[in-house]
Amino acid sequence: MALLEVQEIRRSFGGLVAVNRVSFAVQPGQIKAIIGPNGAGKTTLFNIISGLLKADSGQIRLRDRAISGFKPHQIVAAGIARTFQNPSLFYRMSVLENVMVGRHSRTRWEFAGCCLRLPGQPTEERFIRETARSQLDFLGLASLAAAPAGALSFGQRRMVELARALATEPELLLLDEPASGLNPKEKEQLGEQIRRIRERGVTVLLVEHDMTMVMDLSDDILVLHNGEVIAEGPPATIQSNPEVVTVYLGGEFRPAEEVELARLTSRL
Amino acid sequence: MKKAEDRRQNQECGTEPRFQTSDFRLQTFRTLLPFALFALALVALQLGLRAAGREYCLTQLTMSLYYAIVVIGLCLVMGYAGQVSLGHGAFFAIGGYTAAVLTTHDFTRYGTSGWAAGMKAAHVLTARDDLYGNPILTASPGAAFCAAMLVTLAIAGLIGYPALRLKGHYLAMATLGFGLIINKIVVGTALFGAADGINGVPEWRLAPGLTVSGRSALRVENYYLAGGLVLALLVLLRNLILSRVGRALQAIHDREAAAGAMGINTAAYKLRAFVLSALLAAMAGVFFTHYTGGIGPSEASAFKSVRYVALAASGGMASLWGVTGMSTLLNYLSLRGLFGSYDNAVFGALLILIVSIAPEGPLKPLGQWLRKPFARSAVERRLEHGAA
Amino acid sequence: MENTSLALQYLLSGVTKGSIYAVVAIGFNLIYSATGVLNFAQGEFVMLGGMVAITLAHYAPLPVAVAGAVVIVALLGGLLEVAFFRKLRRHSVLHLIIITIGLSIVLQEAALHLWDEKVRSLPYFTGNEVSSVKILGAAISPQVLWVLGTVAVMVISLQVFLKYTLPGRAMRACSSNPDAAMLAGINIPNMRTLSFALSAALGALAGCVISPITMTHYEMGAPLAIKGFAAAILGGLGNPMGAVAGGLLVGVLEAFAVSKLPAAYNDVAAFAVLLLVLFVRPHGLFGRPGGESVREH
Repeated sequence: MALLEVQEIRRSFGGLVAVNRVSFAVQPGQIKAIIGPNGAGKTTLFNIISGLLKADSGQIRLRDRAISGFKPHQIVAAGIARTFQNPSLFYRMSVLENVMVGRHSRTRWEFAGCCLRLPGQPTEERFIRETARSQLDFLGLASLAAAPAGALSFGQRRMVELARALATEPELLLLDEPASGLNPKEKEQLGEQIRRIRERGVTVLLVEHDMTMVMDLSDDILVLHNGEVIAEGPPATIQSNPEVVTVYLGGEFRPAEEVELARLTSRL
Repeated sequence: MKKAEDRRQNQECGTEPRFQTSDFRLQTFRTLLPFALFALALVALQLGLRAAGREYCLTQLTMSLYYAIVVIGLCLVMGYAGQVSLGHGAFFAIGGYTAAVLTTHDFTRYGTSGWAAGMKAAHVLTARDDLYGNPILTASPGAAFCAAMLVTLAIAGLIGYPALRLKGHYLAMATLGFGLIINKIVVGTALFGAADGINGVPEWRLAPGLTVSGRSALRVENYYLAGGLVLALLVLLRNLILSRVGRALQAIHDREAAAGAMGINTAAYKLRAFVLSALLAAMAGVFFTHYTGGIGPSEASAFKSVRYVALAASGGMASLWGVTGMSTLLNYLSLRGLFGSYDNAVFGALLILIVSIAPEGPLKPLGQWLRKPFARSAVERRLEHGAA
Repeated sequence: MENTSLALQYLLSGVTKGSIYAVVAIGFNLIYSATGVLNFAQGEFVMLGGMVAITLAHYAPLPVAVAGAVVIVALLGGLLEVAFFRKLRRHSVLHLIIITIGLSIVLQEAALHLWDEKVRSLPYFTGNEVSSVKILGAAISPQVLWVLGTVAVMVISLQVFLKYTLPGRAMRACSSNPDAAMLAGINIPNMRTLSFALSAALGALAGCVISPITMTHYEMGAPLAIKGFAAAILGGLGNPMGAVAGGLLVGVLEAFAVSKLPAAYNDVAAFAVLLLVLFVRPHGLFGRPGGESVREH
């Protein structure tokens, strides 16, 4: 059974149809990428899946459980976490505290219990701290734990956001352009981390523009154009798909991508 | 040699607690220090005033402490959850007026029913003499307190639910409008004493030896009661802020969308913080009313609500201690008449000045300078609290 | 016949008050469009206009006094923008709101100390308190016609100014796309100051013309600000004609509510309208839903 099933999702803004009857599935343990020119509807799709936007029509099912219309915090509780295009850390807190916030949906002490420090609350608090630390350790960020989030470099912020998302214990991780703004070495490290995350049992769905990374990393690719699915399949199939090539080389894509794709397709 | 190196490195990463068990006592000392200092300051003030023969100043100090409770609650809502409220004077008034009405209204009409007898036995209703010596049947202060809390809970929930979905300006206007509605209702209704307010509110006997009352013989006792209440509140709220809930509130303030993406039910938390702060304001109102023996419509005025915001801002919106200190000090000066007829203008000007020049509160730079010898950041303090 | 003439009285009273709310609402809109700030001190401009004019009227004929008041209050409005908002662009919305609230309080108290708590008024522009004109069977004071006329002229002039004059068009450009406006050479900070000054001028004139009917006193600013804001929201923030419609609607609603409620609850009706609009339809009657700027979700 598919982990995530997106069925006939449609969303428009005023007169503009951003997502037009998009359907696809994500299998457990996969790394799946969504690619497409800017304005193809990728971030809108992410926002719909993660509950920030409501779809006009269509359904989303997680392990055959309908989650369309869920609020963001309910989506997290159900097992989907996401990162944002621009790292959205809580800048007035430390790195460790940011990741601790990620534990929120898996912990339960509320106002009264926390005020009075009822039995069990301090223990849970310790547990939150330890789990958060282990997430940082997993991604090699342990040395940053006490640093204020605002003092980090861009690449570091990206990684901390990843740690924070992982702290929610997701089954499915949505990554919104995780490689943008990173230098080649950082991109390589990112790819490594994503593979390690998959090995841990987390399914990954990512939006990305870096073609090399996408082709290297993903098991499956979904191509969106003008809000519609124009191709879906493993990297080899996508690379040889004439429509995909036309769309990319048709001048709607950024020059760097055009060169890359031309280089990739010339391998055929 | 290597082991010590490793340990220090681990300490810096936060994977090992900064202080070993032998330092545990030092850490506990550091945590309790501010509270101990506060208690000490309370005692020192009282003894000092007695020595100077000016113990009557305690009255205004006690009132300032009760006002400070409102501002501390506002600190939670504005400094942590990041939601502005320009109507908190209304909640203070709702608490105070509910208590005042119930403890001064004569229920003798219903006195003969079996119901009433049962209520008398349960200490919900009490028979007493009013200001003029006539026997009347009123609610007991304890029951009135409970009623006031319930009424505030209902109203805060009702207003908060739709209001907190609004942003910035709109929330400010909505709370201001709400405050003004309460003000107009209170001024315009005979039941609430119209422009004169309600007088003759009885004392409240909490326990043998502890009575909320304005009698000069009980002045010292009431001062410590108010101070103790503030202290207890500070302990509870500090625990809250350093916990999962506190982090959630700060996350909502910092970046609401990301907070939601982390599984925080932002709407619910904002509402709960708002309702909690409303309950605190109402509680302060009830105690204040029994202490001063009455309440008037000025407590629900926009001036008062703005004053609370000014005090929260001047204490450094998110600093519980700063807020307590500034609030008590400035209210005390105001009650002593220092600002004369410019009272409201002073708070308005204060608000403008603070927010223009030092939006995080003027005490922060001062506090940082004072704290240099102890050299711990807020972040480090929070990390330590969890390790305790 | 009795009932219709009574209803007509209420209607006219509502329209009169409502036109003042409309002016305050327009002032809100002007400043909001140009600066993104909701100016809580808007009502104080109205109050100050009346107060200053009353003082000037002791030394000069009425038209001069009114004109002088408008100029003085306009200067004050511009001054406030320069003093407080030019330097504070980087502050969060919350901080700016708080500053305008502080300003409103300070202005109120300043008025209390400069004048006093007594209620005053300008003399009637034509006639006096007992003269009346009959319109459709209802007897109204000629001052009402002055109010309606003045507000109508103000609204029309404003529209003409915004549409057909260079500074007016510059202001519109500034509010719809500040970056492009800047690139086109428009001096954004000056536009903001202009919006404040204009808002203040409109408010002051309204304060003068309404003074004989509702009296002028130092505390009248805050309720006016709330009701004006309710009108602006009702008409949809950012929509100047909507503000006029909103103002009239709030005024009429208030007039009819006054007839049903005890006198002390006069203001409650308008405040309740504000809350209702904010909670139920925050983009107002003529704004477009999708008001992400008002609600969170």
